[in-house]
Amino acid sequence: MEKVIELKDVWVRYGTQTILEAINLELKEPSGLLGIIGPNGGGKTTFLKVLLGLLKPYRGSVELFGKPPEKSRELVGYVPQYRGFDFDFPISVWEVVLTGRMSHTGFLKKYREEDKKAAEEALKTVEMFQYRNRQIGQLSGGQRQRVFIARALATNPKLLLLDEPNSGLDPHMQDELYRLLNKLKQEMAVIMVTHDLSAVSVYVDKIACLNRNLHYHDSREIPVEDLEATYQCPVELIAHGIPHRVLENHKGNS
Amino acid sequence: MFDFLQYSFIQNALAAAILASVACGIIGVYVVVKKIVFISGGIAHASFGGVGLGYYLGINPMLGVLPFSLISALVMGTVSKKSKIPEDSAIGILWSLGMALGVIFVYLTPGYAPDLMTYLFGNILTVPRFDLYLMLILDILILGAVYLFYKEFLALCFDEEFTTVQGLPTEKLYLFLLCIIALTIVVLIKVVGIILVIALLTIPASLSRKFTHNLKRMMLISIAFGTVISVTGIGLSYALDVPSGATIILVLSLVYGLAAFGMEILEHRKISGVS
Repeated sequence: MEKVIELKDVWVRYGTQTILEAINLELKEPSGLLGIIGPNGGGKTTFLKVLLGLLKPYRGSVELFGKPPEKSRELVGYVPQYRGFDFDFPISVWEVVLTGRMSHTGFLKKYREEDKKAAEEALKTVEMFQYRNRQIGQLSGGQRQRVFIARALATNPKLLLLDEPNSGLDPHMQDELYRLLNKLKQEMAVIMVTHDLSAVSVYVDKIACLNRNLHYHDSREIPVEDLEATYQCPVELIAHGIPHRVLENHKGNS
Repeated sequence: MFDFLQYSFIQNALAAAILASVACGIIGVYVVVKKIVFISGGIAHASFGGVGLGYYLGINPMLGVLPFSLISALVMGTVSKKSKIPEDSAIGILWSLGMALGVIFVYLTPGYAPDLMTYLFGNILTVPRFDLYLMLILDILILGAVYLFYKEFLALCFDEEFTTVQGLPTEKLYLFLLCIIALTIVVLIKVVGIILVIALLTIPASLSRKFTHNLKRMMLISIAFGTVISVTGIGLSYALDVPSGATIILVLSLVYGLAAFGMEILEHRKISGVS
């Protein structure tokens, strides 16, 4: 079994503030879909940036597929939070997805046939191929999210990282997103971070809680103490229509 | 009525207008879509230091501007990204530092600095041959760079973080783009001057954005707008005997205003026509 992720005692500071503290995480293939939940400002985006090699921890080691993040770029697909994008940007869906091939194409070279094939395949996977000539701003929020997923898939990743993929999507679109992730997790490890507890849906295989510390138990159930430690307030999870239990039974509550 | 075309200074002016429109048409698109108008303005103004240096050393001021604007681009790009001061403050400081250096150099130069005003406000009717050749060489360099780096620049402008994740050296790429902008500024100085350069970098590109969602087409359309409008401006400034650089920019602003207003009305009609 290949190790997808191995974090050992990772600390991240920003100025004098500690954002991530003593994070340990080991994921092996097949790891399925890992949902990381935590409050806003809990270090979720920072955590992803560490995995992507955009931020260097001041202590600890990060390895993806046995290599440092900067050396495993072509194995990682990244779907950023799409807030703050300029959707008026003169770029088509097709051009956006092709940028996901740059780690393969190489610097200063034109996109090759195989890059175009990979982009086409990625767009077909997310069912957006017929929109390839649209400008990015002419899509709905859900369609745009699919295009960003396609861009990450064009890399042919073995690990897919998504930052708050469900924000700004209505429940129907969220459901479609989870179906898509469910399909993708058969072929690659998927990690999704979100502040939305209800996002922890039926499709998540494992859950971790992140608020400076990471609570991870290699299962899809979170002890309620972890959840409350993460959110630092009592948490009552009412999961409408979710057919499995996210929380274990409360003690003395049978 | 085309008698004036036989004057060599008019021919030079038209050649300069076309060369400037090509440079600002292509690079202005990057300035506008990447929203780096302010840092581009900073590079332009700071390069006044190069004009002063040119006078002080007794060489063609254009040869002072060329290295000075490149250095300003590199320093501004590095300081604004790396230092802890906010990017706009860093740009503001370097912007005025460059201009102040220019003023001191001009003051230290013995005698009178001829044509100083043409560097500040441009005078396309007095562009010498040498400057035309310099503009042509810079245009070729700019075109070559954009041809080679088209895919990289597009990715950088659209999503810098994702481009870094793809393993591209985005910081160096950004500095390189700023250097290309610096070269474009050198091409534009003789046409509209340091003070007004930013108009040529923003107006044609903003105008073309109203007509297309494709970056390459945007470049072509803004070259066309730039050429037609600057030639019109030259004609008007010749006929009315007013400064050429400022006239070009007045015409550009007027066309942009009319286009924006016209489109608003069209859109309004479309919406009210549907309901």
